[in-house]
Amino acid sequence: MTDIAIVDYGMGNLRSVSKALEHVAPAASIIVTGDAAAVRKADRIVVPGQGAMPDCLRELDARGLRGAVMEAAMCKPFLGICLGLQMLLGSSEEGNVKGFGIVSGKVRHFPAPEAAGTNEQRLKVPHMGWNQVHQAAEHPLWKGIPQDARFYFVHSYYVETDNPEPVAAYSLYPFPFTCAVAKDNIFAVQFHPEKSQEAGLTLLSNFVRWEPASSTDKNIGK
Amino acid sequence: MGLAKRIIPCLDVTNGRVVKGVNFVGLRDAGNPIEISRRYDDQGADELTFLDITASSDNRDLILHIIEEVATQVFIPLTVGGGIRKVEDVRRLLNAGADKVSINTSAVQEPELVGEAASRYGSQCIVVAIDAKQVGGNSWEVFTHGGRRATGLDAVEWAKKMQSLGAGEILLTSMDRDGTRNGFDLALTRTVSDAVNVPVIASGGVGNLHHLVEGVLEGRADAVLAASIFHYGEYTVREAKAYMAQHGIEARL
Repeated sequence: MTDIAIVDYGMGNLRSVSKALEHVAPAASIIVTGDAAAVRKADRIVVPGQGAMPDCLRELDARGLRGAVMEAAMCKPFLGICLGLQMLLGSSEEGNVKGFGIVSGKVRHFPAPEAAGTNEQRLKVPHMGWNQVHQAAEHPLWKGIPQDARFYFVHSYYVETDNPEPVAAYSLYPFPFTCAVAKDNIFAVQFHPEKSQEAGLTLLSNFVRWEPASSTDKNIGK
Repeated sequence: MGLAKRIIPCLDVTNGRVVKGVNFVGLRDAGNPIEISRRYDDQGADELTFLDITASSDNRDLILHIIEEVATQVFIPLTVGGGIRKVEDVRRLLNAGADKVSINTSAVQEPELVGEAASRYGSQCIVVAIDAKQVGGNSWEVFTHGGRRATGLDAVEWAKKMQSLGAGEILLTSMDRDGTRNGFDLALTRTVSDAVNVPVIASGGVGNLHHLVEGVLEGRADAVLAASIFHYGEYTVREAKAYMAQHGIEARL
């Protein structure tokens, strides 16, 4: 039995995610896997990912992982990170691809940076560095994390949900954008908790212990 | 509320030790890289940059072991540069626990490496390091091989080209200022930062905390990198952040 499976579909560096989870859950069995059966067997799923959305979806399909990841998103504690958040939306401007549609809305590119004015610095893309995360709703994964704590971000596309309900947090760059989404057994973030020092480790530790109410009701995965 | 300007301590590593030189020469021992990484993490460093300045290829794997060990203890972004020649080198560093790699000489020798690495691993993990030396009033030339070899390339044009090939960030070092403690080359920093859309890290010349403030406010850097002011205990990273915040700069305190 695996406690936590980190889904490996060849997009980005998963080592830092597994290291951070091992740090907060030293007794847990944690695997990095690209095998759909192993994903289905795990109690909890973490879907990280960096790079481009079209490549991400293609790799998920090529490895036969899309079904297992979507099932996990329907039934067990699911943490999406970066592309693992973006793939949940209906569509993405990046390559004009369709996402899973589990969260209604789309993924958009930050506006093209304006030429530098005399006093104003231009908006750099990617949005890279430590930004404040304003919690918009109470959630077990925010436990012990101060309001407006800083997390590490690196991304050029951001999530825009159709409804405010799933928005768990937002950040400013320079306008407010959704940086965390919560829906039943899903919690998904644009920032990188595995690289966000104390605040990030607290969030991961909360995830490892999280028992979402709906995951037992809809336990179709096992 | 908003994005913080980053403070990045830089660790020049050779033969498993952190060292620091002046104007790229005259190295002095500054300690154990793992202990130093932990100290800076405790002090609130926003990222860490490791530059492997090992001259021979024999000891290349040492940096991999160091990164592996740091990555199990320090949960902030880690950038590693030095000696990256092939996409395979990028992969090995990322697997060891690096979040970004910094490419310098090889980007000049083989610009396609930047594009290939960015398309394989994403722009977010590809930093192009530019060592620049002033050659005219408002003109800087790119140097490679640890600052020993002139390339004839204009630093500003080079930064734009690297961005177009997929670099996600530019690490810009003034060779004229590096190790002098006279402050960043602000004209260079600002010219490059205004010319590209990706974040620019200012490097070379920090001697006091006000230099960091100048790098952000006048140089328009997105992040500031420093080594010796932190290595020898003159200032902590936390003091540097408090000082930046006092000057109205958004910082992660």
